Amino acid sequence: MDASSSYVLEARDIEQRINGPSGPLDILRGISLAVQAGETVAILGASGSGKSTLLGLLAGLDAPSAGEVRLLGRTISELDEDGRAALRAGRVGFVFQSFQLLPALTALENALLPLELNPAHAGEDQATLNRWASQALERVGLGERAAHYPHQLSGGEQQRVAIARAIVDHPAVLFADEPTGNLDGKTGQRIIELLFGLARHPDGDGPATALVLVTHDPELAAQCDRIISIQDGVLA
Amino acid sequence: MTASHIHTRGQGRNPLRALLRGTWREWRSAELRVLAAALVVAVAAVAAVGFFTDRVDRGMAQQATALLGGDLAVVSDNPLPAGRPDEAANRGLDTARTASLPSVVFGKDDQSRLAALRAVEPSWPLKGEARTRSGPDGEEQPRERGPQPGTAWLESTLLEALGLQVGDRVEVGDLDLEVTGILAHEPDRGSNLLNIAPRLMLAFDDLDASGLIGPGSRVRYEFFAAGPSSEIEAFRAWLGDELEAGERLLGLDDANPELRTAIERAERFLGLASLMAVLLAGAAIAVAAHHFAQRRADPAAVMRALGASGRRVLLTYFGRVVLVALLASAVGLAIGFAAQFVLASLLGGWLDGDLPPPGARPLVAGLGVGLITAVGFALPALLRIGQVSPLRVLRRDLGLPPTSVWLSGALALLAFGGLLYWQAADPQLAAWVLIGTAVAIALLAVLGMGLVLALRPLRNRGGMALRFGLANLSRRGGLSAVQLVAFSVGILALLLLAIVRVDLLEAWDASIPEDAPNQFFINIQPGQEQAFADRVEAAGLERPQLDPMIRGRLIEINDERVHPEDFDDDRDRRLVDREFNLSYAHTPPAHNRIVDGHWFGEAGQDPDRGWSVEAGLMERFDLALGDYLTFRVGGQPIRSPITSVREVDWDSFQVNFFVIGPPPLLDQQPRTFITAMHVPEDQRSAQNQWLREFPAVSAIDVSAILAQVRDVMDQATRAVEYVFLFTLIAGLTVLYAAVQATRDVRRREAALLRTLGARRDHIRNGLLAEFGTLGLLAGLLAAVIATAVGALLAWQVFEFDYSVNPLTFVYGIGGGTLGIALAGWLGTRRVLDQAPLAVLRGPE
Repeated sequence: MDASSSYVLEARDIEQRINGPSGPLDILRGISLAVQAGETVAILGASGSGKSTLLGLLAGLDAPSAGEVRLLGRTISELDEDGRAALRAGRVGFVFQSFQLLPALTALENALLPLELNPAHAGEDQATLNRWASQALERVGLGERAAHYPHQLSGGEQQRVAIARAIVDHPAVLFADEPTGNLDGKTGQRIIELLFGLARHPDGDGPATALVLVTHDPELAAQCDRIISIQDGVLA
Repeated sequence: MTASHIHTRGQGRNPLRALLRGTWREWRSAELRVLAAALVVAVAAVAAVGFFTDRVDRGMAQQATALLGGDLAVVSDNPLPAGRPDEAANRGLDTARTASLPSVVFGKDDQSRLAALRAVEPSWPLKGEARTRSGPDGEEQPRERGPQPGTAWLESTLLEALGLQVGDRVEVGDLDLEVTGILAHEPDRGSNLLNIAPRLMLAFDDLDASGLIGPGSRVRYEFFAAGPSSEIEAFRAWLGDELEAGERLLGLDDANPELRTAIERAERFLGLASLMAVLLAGAAIAVAAHHFAQRRADPAAVMRALGASGRRVLLTYFGRVVLVALLASAVGLAIGFAAQFVLASLLGGWLDGDLPPPGARPLVAGLGVGLITAVGFALPALLRIGQVSPLRVLRRDLGLPPTSVWLSGALALLAFGGLLYWQAADPQLAAWVLIGTAVAIALLAVLGMGLVLALRPLRNRGGMALRFGLANLSRRGGLSAVQLVAFSVGILALLLLAIVRVDLLEAWDASIPEDAPNQFFINIQPGQEQAFADRVEAAGLERPQLDPMIRGRLIEINDERVHPEDFDDDRDRRLVDREFNLSYAHTPPAHNRIVDGHWFGEAGQDPDRGWSVEAGLMERFDLALGDYLTFRVGGQPIRSPITSVREVDWDSFQVNFFVIGPPPLLDQQPRTFITAMHVPEDQRSAQNQWLREFPAVSAIDVSAILAQVRDVMDQATRAVEYVFLFTLIAGLTVLYAAVQATRDVRRREAALLRTLGARRDHIRNGLLAEFGTLGLLAGLLAAVIATAVGALLAWQVFEFDYSVNPLTFVYGIGGGTLGIALAGWLGTRRVLDQAPLAVLRGPE
């Protein structure tokens, strides 16, 4: 992908193979896809279809056995672990099914993490970073709970902190892995509305965030611009 | 599957095999390995001390008759009545007499040394054997009797110091004896620890001719008897009625009581020191068991859902823990057995000869310690596994019931208290140590929690790594405090031994003036005072002040008879049992201070009677001004009231007396004179010259005694340091346990941070900040407490000013920070190797 390309994410013929007890096992085969800036894409599949593995590869959390993933113009397989981490820092956001907040940190400190990890903000003073994190919490409606620890928050509130953490640095891509999986229907719906709203209408005049959403729920998938179905490790 | 099939299989099941298989499966889990490691350290510490003390005890028992010198002994400050040996001989018993006294002896070129003379009858030794060598490298030869008249055996140190060889002649008082052997072993000598001067042995019949025995000379007479126990008992009964004041009848239990007491104290102290390792290991076990229970919640819930009773679930896991505890204890015993060789090499010199091999008692004790520690510290956490709700298989949010803090505390206290009682063999001491430990730990825990809380404001400063590390510390407040206490105790032990001890010794040295007396001259005979003082002055030294010394036994306090057995304290008993050194003076000694009452003849006091008593002795015997003390001096009672109390600076190295009377009261009594003076190093050889003119006078080199005391202290502290090494290792197992218990959380945290874009060095710095801060706080706490303990000891025990040594803080804080950061980093660095995706998708 060249610099003028509008794709923030591109996968070409990727395969993922693991060694199982009865020999090598293909989790993913021949997957190619591309996501444009600001686009919302659902990866839809049943349990065990390989969709979460695909998300991990697209986000650069792991390297594929074969094929090529380009994230934000860089080829993942050419980078080592630290290089991939540096690529993600501040530019890739995550929302997980099980929230994945750090229990030792307050809501504000959790939301602060991507800002502190992004070398682009190395020159900012702490007060500025704190203000940005507070604003992110306010946008998800948790401005009052900034000093609370995760165990003092409900499931829905924890997921909202996770969303604040995901959008705080205006990432180019936001990956969401079954974000409503651990929430009841009503709370889940609110979380989805929040997620889509924030991705499509980022704060200030930054570009829209591309949202890659992994789900097994066709109704949720239908809210995205595009649906990519996966079955037994291949695109359907 | 049919019911009969199940029945048949059920019959074939072996519970032991099931237990072994289950334990083997559990062994793969880190929590059980932590528990085992902690137990290995605890049992190894206790077993090392246990095996060693068992060997020493066996050595003591084996050597008791030899140490005593017979089946029965009588010691006295006066020559024994001649009827004793005759009576014993009539009863068919073997007997021997010896007499010991210190005296300066002369060798080649007028070289002289203070020697511990012992004159022995030909029948000596009744038990054991003496051994001599014919040359420095010669083989040891057993001797069935003492030296022949006209000959002497010398210990090699004495022989060397005098520049002599076997075959040369040695001057002892008026005698000129031929050296016929190097004394290598003297069965009833006891410990080298307590006998300062080297031995010269001569024939009993030569003693009278030596001219060394005069009124007031410090001779210890001993009479030994050996034979069939019935005859010994009968003779003992007969002797009981015959004994006079100043005589003591000794049985096997009395063999070298000073050594026995010293060894028992040392054993007890080492035992208690080893229990500190057990306590810290207990903390590691409690953390590991808590983690173990938490991770067994799922399988336990499944077992319960499938119909197992809570009791059965509990017993299943309890059995596995107990089996691991037994195996770990066995490994600990093996390590302890190996480790005791080091202790024996450090302290083996306490007893003559080789130590016998240990018996089975420490094995049983070690296993007992392992089981008690495991159960006492792990049971409260394990009990929760049996209480898990079967509903957890459906609702994962149903965790284990919380561990009861009270139950944990009570069981741990019971287990540790029981071990303390066993080790201290004294309920009062055990109770005090238990209370002291509990208070110290509570104090440390409160301070630790306070420090952890105090870190909170710092979270908003510094980089992400520091924030992350500090956040982890305060988030795991309880666990952090446990680790903090454990490390503090370990570092404290090392600081006290490595720095504070040295500081105290140096401060003590510094408190002694440069020109403090370094030589004591005793046994200066009446009539020789002038000549002695003149001779000293002629040698270019300051004219000495000679103090009279009169030996007297305290027989009555306020007209009530004093018996040694009336006193609980050993030292009090010995004070009463022996003769006091009394003195008389016209004026109070310059280096003493009257703190109560008035000196003789002052402020209306009678100039001719009264006692001036040292303040410590007043306290010891619960005396008051005006109380009457009666001393028996030269067979006559001397009764007088206490008219003044003196404070004495014992560290002044001046001549001091517990009790002083006015001259008219004592100056007609048999007496010798004593003085202390500073003899410069370059005048020592001249001293040997002029001392020859006073053969009865003995010089005691105080600096040599100090050097010897220091040697003994060094030896003992090295042994304690060695035992505290186990304490430090136990402290590290607490760190290991805490790291293991938080490993899953750390893995998730690291994976998440890496997902959000953190580099490895971010995470590593966070871990280093966390453990480094923990080590820093532990080091700080330990340094503060070590300094406080040092100051308290200096002030209360040694009575001098203690200045804070910054090195205590440098080593405590620096060592703590670096050591704990490194250990913590080594324990957690693997969290960075995990692929983020696998961790985040795995079960929580």
